[in-house]
Amino acid sequence: MTEQDKILDTVTKQEYKYGFVTDIESDTIEKGLNEEVVRLISAKKQEPQWLLDFRLKAYRKWLEMKSPNWAYLKIPSIDFQDIIYYSAPKQKKQLNSLDEVDPELLETFNKLGIPLEEQKHLAGVAVDAVMDSVSVKTTFKETLAERGIIFCSFSEAVREYPDLVKKYLGNAVPYADNYFAALNSAVFSDGSFCYIPKGVRCPMELSTYFRINAANTGQFERTLIVADDDSYVSYLEGCTAPQRDENQLHAAVVEIIALERAEVKYSTVQNWYPGDKNGKGGIYNFVTKRGICRGDFSKISWTQVETGSAITWKYPSCVMLGDHSTGEFYSVALTNNHQQADTGTKMIHIGKNTRSLIVSKGISAGVSNNSYRGLVKVASRADKARNFSQCDSLLLGDKCGAHTFPYIECSNKTAILEHEATTSKISEDQIFYCNQRGIGTEDAIGMIVNGYAREVLNKLPMEFAVEAQKLLQISLEGSVG
Amino acid sequence: MIETIKYTATEELADLFTQNREIYNEGCPDFMNRKRSEALDKFVKTGIPSRKNENYKYTDLRPVFQNDFTVLPRYVQQQIDLHELFHCDVPQLNTHLVLLINGWYYGHNRKIGQLPNGVVLGSLNHVCREHPHLIEKAYNQLAGISDDPIANLNTTMAKDGLFLYVPDDVKIDKPIQIVNLLYAKENTFAVQRNMFVLGKNSEATIVFCDHTLNHNYYILNNLSECFLEEDSKFNFYAVQNMHNGAVNNTHFFADLKERSTLHTNTLTLNGGLVRNNINVKLNGEYAHADLNGLTLADEKQHIDNFITIDHRVPNCTSNQLYKNILDNKASGAFSGRIHVLRDAQKTEAYQRNNNVLLSETAEMNTKPQLIIDADDVRCSHGATVGRIDEDALFYLRTRGIGEKEARLMIMFAFADEVLSQVNIKVLRQRLEELVNRRLRGELGPCQTCSFNFRKP
Repeated sequence: MTEQDKILDTVTKQEYKYGFVTDIESDTIEKGLNEEVVRLISAKKQEPQWLLDFRLKAYRKWLEMKSPNWAYLKIPSIDFQDIIYYSAPKQKKQLNSLDEVDPELLETFNKLGIPLEEQKHLAGVAVDAVMDSVSVKTTFKETLAERGIIFCSFSEAVREYPDLVKKYLGNAVPYADNYFAALNSAVFSDGSFCYIPKGVRCPMELSTYFRINAANTGQFERTLIVADDDSYVSYLEGCTAPQRDENQLHAAVVEIIALERAEVKYSTVQNWYPGDKNGKGGIYNFVTKRGICRGDFSKISWTQVETGSAITWKYPSCVMLGDHSTGEFYSVALTNNHQQADTGTKMIHIGKNTRSLIVSKGISAGVSNNSYRGLVKVASRADKARNFSQCDSLLLGDKCGAHTFPYIECSNKTAILEHEATTSKISEDQIFYCNQRGIGTEDAIGMIVNGYAREVLNKLPMEFAVEAQKLLQISLEGSVG
Repeated sequence: MIETIKYTATEELADLFTQNREIYNEGCPDFMNRKRSEALDKFVKTGIPSRKNENYKYTDLRPVFQNDFTVLPRYVQQQIDLHELFHCDVPQLNTHLVLLINGWYYGHNRKIGQLPNGVVLGSLNHVCREHPHLIEKAYNQLAGISDDPIANLNTTMAKDGLFLYVPDDVKIDKPIQIVNLLYAKENTFAVQRNMFVLGKNSEATIVFCDHTLNHNYYILNNLSECFLEEDSKFNFYAVQNMHNGAVNNTHFFADLKERSTLHTNTLTLNGGLVRNNINVKLNGEYAHADLNGLTLADEKQHIDNFITIDHRVPNCTSNQLYKNILDNKASGAFSGRIHVLRDAQKTEAYQRNNNVLLSETAEMNTKPQLIIDADDVRCSHGATVGRIDEDALFYLRTRGIGEKEARLMIMFAFADEVLSQVNIKVLRQRLEELVNRRLRGELGPCQTCSFNFRKP
């Protein structure tokens, strides 16, 4: 075995450290999907009629739609009747303090390193933890409430702030947007809701942790963030799942609405179970994320570190409706073994003087395929729109693939759009330079890859940046010699 | 109650072919006729492409086929001498001149000048009968694997076009100029099929000109297959100059063996709807492909360049440079796909697409793509859409150059990067002049020939 193979071998044998299952009693419904299931989910959650109607509309639309096949992915056919659409950790009564939370559940989140406990106050992160699509605990609620910030589970928001939810639900991602968004709209079980009132700067990072626990379930959560005029919020999302042989489906929707001068920063570290080294198991991650810069001078920024999932199909997008609004997309996508990722963004310039920036760094190793797919569209009235896109791919090993599919559509002569893409591997010169200075090959590669991804990692909030850097290092240290 | 049967253009074309199959088969060798059914099936399966077809995302061909037109499954003898009607307006362009009319080899071509021994240049249909061995093996080998409906439609209906064979170690110094004329009494759908075979260590240059000689509505479906053997060199210049009501749909397939070099230059000066498909397969090590294109479009013209380059073996290089200048309501599209297959190591592939929009209503859509399945490669692509650089303009103005003139200079410099790749001096000079005039808004396209109208 050559040195390179050995190193690759260690990388591929890297255990997925979040692959445990928590033994928690859960309330699940029968497998399968039909109109009754949609009604049942809605009934279980005691939802108002308008939300049931929304679900049913989406479900009927979904029946007419076809699974998208345009991505550069090999998607095995998914049996939608073989999935459990509702699974909730059993809750006997309303929870008031952490002591009442199922200790098993707490243990789960402890293992994940989520600062759920009060002792982690200092971490200064408000967390809404979602397990099998049901929100189990939201911390710091009172602190946030003082400033008028609403941060709670989606179901709670439907109960307590129906007007807000009704007003903004489906605004950025309509129920008929695409196949998986329609499915989510029909069967979503929970998620997070966040509202930042006018002029409020959210004092801490808001965070959601998603976990799939029960077998055979799909996770369909829905996040809705509304930032009112002059407000600011930074929002984090993390995801893990147990190690299982079968594939599990995750079809989430995230909607962001930014009003006048509001700014929303949304960061994701996606680390769903990627499957074993032979490509068995793993999460199918089909996510629709879209933000609308509705107000003038508003800004939405997406940052993502994608290291998990067997299949990733995800295009966080910005629609820049307001004049002078800004959209940003920073992404590091890493694929190893048999993972496949087709991810990117859409930047739709509609308002005048809108600006967007795309920085995408793809890293592929093993026999994986990693694609960037992006659209930059300038409408005819988007005078002086400006975009710069940079998509770099790094190949580690000669069996993987890195692909770039940018689309640029411009109908305004004052717009300036630039796109650049390069594909390369770590050069022997770079390694040699480091070796010469006494840095071992493995460390050198770790350094180079981290340097390569730094531009994006820098955009992550502190807590996440550390985690993301570790994630990259774990999977990549020395995967080429 | 009258039951109406709604026919789509796809069905109409398929029926038209099936009903006249005998005529299409007539005078063609078996190997050509055998390909027709399979191609027809593929064509019907995909149908005339609309925007729903990812490859035609920016070019909808359905409206194009909605007009009535006639087809020409048999050669129609022209009443007038085309040599009298058409004069190439590039002075001193010393070429072997060949005329084609509505996709057919012109029956009264003047004698082609002295060609080196063994070179075969002439009608595809004729060569099929005289030297079938030159064509049989290769015919439809490249186009046949394409699932492009328009390419398959070509294979279904093709009967004639141009054929060139250059034997091993032969170099043709003088360029061969092929002039495709469209001239019929009625609106016409013309099909043309060409084949270029370059033997080992051979060399040839082709100048391919498209012209319309009257204002009728034309659709030209022009397909070329090109085979480059080891160490051969092929230059292919396409100068497209058709009126604004004409539709030009070209396919250029090339297969490159070891150390061969392909150089193409597609200059679209005029045309209603132009779609150029170029598909290059680098099948031999150290082969090189250089693809350039320049488009000047205005009014409601639509120009789409669709390029795919497959790096199938190691050590090949390719380069793409496409530029578009779009004015009025013109729309442009570019798609360049570089596909580096597994183990095609040491590939170098570059691609650049720069576009300038001159009006509020012009539109540009571009999708430069990279599909990389090997790690030791150098690949990059860049695409820009923008307007004239204000700083450059300011610089020129500070030097006392008027704004209008300065703009023209910048535009010309932008276009010249592609034009300077044209290696035939007189042609380059003439093209530069044409582009210059075109940018000035003067009656650009081939002024001296009275038969090239801007407006239908």
